[in-house]
Amino acid sequence: MSLTTETTARTAASFRVTRSQRNVAWTGAVALIVVVVFAFLPYIVYSGSTSILVQAFIVLTLASMWNLLAGYAGLVSVGQQAFVGLGAYFVLILALHGISPFAALPVAAIASGVAALPLWWLVSRLRTGYFAIATWVLAATIMLIIEKFSSIGGGTGLPLPGFAGMDPTLLTAYTYWAGLAVTVLSLAGIYLLLRGRIGLVLTAVRDDEVAARSSGSRVGLARLLVFVVAGIGCGAAGGVLAISQLQVQPSAVFSVQWTAEMAFATIIGGLGTIEGPIIGTIVYMVLQQTLASYNAWYLIILGLVAILVALFARRGLWGLVDERLHVRLFPVGYWLRTGNAASRGRRSG
Amino acid sequence: MTAPGVTGDGQVGGRPDSGTPLLEVRDLVVHHGQLMALDEISLRVFPGEVYAIIGANGAGKSTLLRTIAGLHHPTSGSVFYDGKDVTGLRPDRRATQGIVMVPEGRRLFGSLSVEENLKVGATYARQGPWHIERVYEMFGWMRERRKQPTAQLSGGEQQAVAIGRALVANPRVLMLDELSLGLAPVVVQRIYGMLPQILGTGLTVLLVEQDVSQALRVASHIQCLLEGRTTLEGKPADVTADQVEAAYFGLAGTAAASRPGEESEA
Amino acid sequence: MAWVNAIIQGVLTGGLYALFACGLSLMFGVMKVVNLAHGDLAVVAGYIAIGVIAVTHVPVLWSFLIVVPIMAVLGYVLQRTVIQTALDRSVLTTLLVTFGLSVVIENGLLQFFTANSRGIGANLALVTGAFTIGSQISIAYLLLLIFAVAVAVLLGLQYFLSRSKYGRLIRAVADDKEAAQLAGADYRHVFGIAAAVAFATVALGGIAFGMYSDLDPTTGTDTILLFAFAAVVIGGLGSLWGTLLGGIVLGVAQQIGAQINISDELLAGYIVFLIVLILRPQGLISRGAQSS
Repeated sequence: MSLTTETTARTAASFRVTRSQRNVAWTGAVALIVVVVFAFLPYIVYSGSTSILVQAFIVLTLASMWNLLAGYAGLVSVGQQAFVGLGAYFVLILALHGISPFAALPVAAIASGVAALPLWWLVSRLRTGYFAIATWVLAATIMLIIEKFSSIGGGTGLPLPGFAGMDPTLLTAYTYWAGLAVTVLSLAGIYLLLRGRIGLVLTAVRDDEVAARSSGSRVGLARLLVFVVAGIGCGAAGGVLAISQLQVQPSAVFSVQWTAEMAFATIIGGLGTIEGPIIGTIVYMVLQQTLASYNAWYLIILGLVAILVALFARRGLWGLVDERLHVRLFPVGYWLRTGNAASRGRRSG
Repeated sequence: MTAPGVTGDGQVGGRPDSGTPLLEVRDLVVHHGQLMALDEISLRVFPGEVYAIIGANGAGKSTLLRTIAGLHHPTSGSVFYDGKDVTGLRPDRRATQGIVMVPEGRRLFGSLSVEENLKVGATYARQGPWHIERVYEMFGWMRERRKQPTAQLSGGEQQAVAIGRALVANPRVLMLDELSLGLAPVVVQRIYGMLPQILGTGLTVLLVEQDVSQALRVASHIQCLLEGRTTLEGKPADVTADQVEAAYFGLAGTAAASRPGEESEA
Repeated sequence: MAWVNAIIQGVLTGGLYALFACGLSLMFGVMKVVNLAHGDLAVVAGYIAIGVIAVTHVPVLWSFLIVVPIMAVLGYVLQRTVIQTALDRSVLTTLLVTFGLSVVIENGLLQFFTANSRGIGANLALVTGAFTIGSQISIAYLLLLIFAVAVAVLLGLQYFLSRSKYGRLIRAVADDKEAAQLAGADYRHVFGIAAAVAFATVALGGIAFGMYSDLDPTTGTDTILLFAFAAVVIGGLGSLWGTLLGGIVLGVAQQIGAQINISDELLAGYIVFLIVLILRPQGLISRGAQSS
């Protein structure tokens, strides 16, 4: 029997495609417990701690979104701060019209997602390098345009109204829960997105774009969806930022530093894995807290570590763990099992 | 009965078996990702030979040449040049040592003119008989059109420039990868007709060719590959058309996948 | 007449932008590297010049002679170590690494030099003077000089690329680095040379900018990088003189924006950039081979 016919016979018989079922139930249970614990924290810890956690929530949300863009859709955006700013300003605008900032938050998030549509139209055809720069310029442009409107504070910004008379402890707690909600919803949303068809399309594109397109996958649509979701997520984070800062300043909310932070956290934690941003955020917060008094140092060190990780440990800290233990907290991949029970099977995703 | 040209103990008949081969490949295994492209290939090229590697598409011919040139890393096995193990040597170093390849598809520098292409080839050249002027002499039309961008040349003319670019580096082993691809037969013949001139300056030629009859016409030694393995080896005079056909297509019933040194059913 | 003055200013500023842009274009054209730290390198050069002048008290114009070669060497080293390693991984990695470098450089400058802006002062009449035509047109000598230098640099680059051995190698490697290897060229070394040239030109631009305006840690990205990129895109990738054209278009657009509303200089430039990027990613002067 020739080489070719042998292979075909073997193929048909014994490959099976399954999802990793085992992990999901456990992860779901653990996740629920974790969320509940976090939700009760304001009753237990001091407000100083919760505000640090709010910061962590913001960075975690941003990092997860950036990971979705760059790690799964291959879109390296250096302009996500545009959505952070837009989210913050949408909250501000709504608050100026008498709506409670907390109520405004979901609206602002959706509005940021809507804003993502025309922006996508502008940049979608651009190749990687051009795409990055274009997003950067877009963010800078949006900031300059917004600064022209003195009704929302012009170049100096405005304090965020709507908190008058609110008990400070309560305010801190609500801010915390808003941050927690945004983070949980973002992670859950990303997980569901990637576990579904979109995730499959994106992984296929990541592995071999030409093959993916030629097999009919709706690549463009998948990317658009990812960009919009990232817009929503970053917008929501921006809204939480505005609430936690009690003010909205253009240079603060539109700073490219946000992209730097989300990118570095993601890279260090592990680009292309959902768990990566979580680890990266932890590293970021640790660095930021220990070096807080040294100003720019934490960003310098974070940047250097990110560069080293990108060069020498491409899948980041989580990648190192994953390689040893083959653990996935958020299983989105598929297992390809061969007929031979003894073999482990190849994993994708 | 063994395949012609190959004696039972694996020694290749008719070629000097004393003296080192100029180029030698031992048990080369090369993968393209998961796919095994070359499965323990060996060959020896002696000075002054025209060694032709033939085989169908996907047989592994170009992969073999590219690995010898240094563009592919073998999974195992080695490449020897002038007695030295060059398996770990970078491609540019191999070129400056004297192994120069004319790649498949010409691969001229598109934004450079004809002359500039030659000049690049001559940048890291060894000492030797070849220089740009001599290339112009060999290809009469080239001097006049030397300032032209290479995109304006015909396929055959581009192939000539590609060969010229390799020659001015003064190689000892000139490797030609699928010269005939995309060229009219008449043009191919004209180009192969230059081989004697090239050999006359002391070069050795290792070529890969899909056009079997063309290869048989110019080669002094021939090796056929099929799915990464050697199916035939010997001098053109010693092999019949049937044997070549069988080796090329790997037809069952003949000594299928016959390797040098192996016995096959009579 | 104020408009005429504005347009002249814009054209001359284009020379400065071309200085920023040609290095970026070179690195992208040859190595396919989008160096997001490009602008920051100009600022670094400016700061080094300030430091050198402060320590050695050499005349300001001499600072070029010291800083530019330093930056060229830095470019070669950085290319062969960090950037080459990133290139060997993937396009994504190079983008991330250069972005990381940009952030590290900016924050490093911020940490050591504070956010205050500095200029490279010089009391020469050459630098501070201007000549006037009529009552409304005033052309600073410095700006004119910078434009002249930019043109000279572009001419030099063109000569280098088209006539010299390394220029040829750079073009060959940019076309087909594998074929260049087969011809005996170590493409990593050639990449290093190209990076050295790019860093040298951007250093020149940075010092010139420091003399003309002020530098602060964020100038690299806020101003220089985006303008360099804009000039490249407007003028067309792969075209050396295109970067001058792009710079001029950008400069003029900015000045027109400033005439309309003084604070709009930056915005006008960005908008022109975005429009060109969307309509014609390959720029106004396109080389057939480059397309999005």
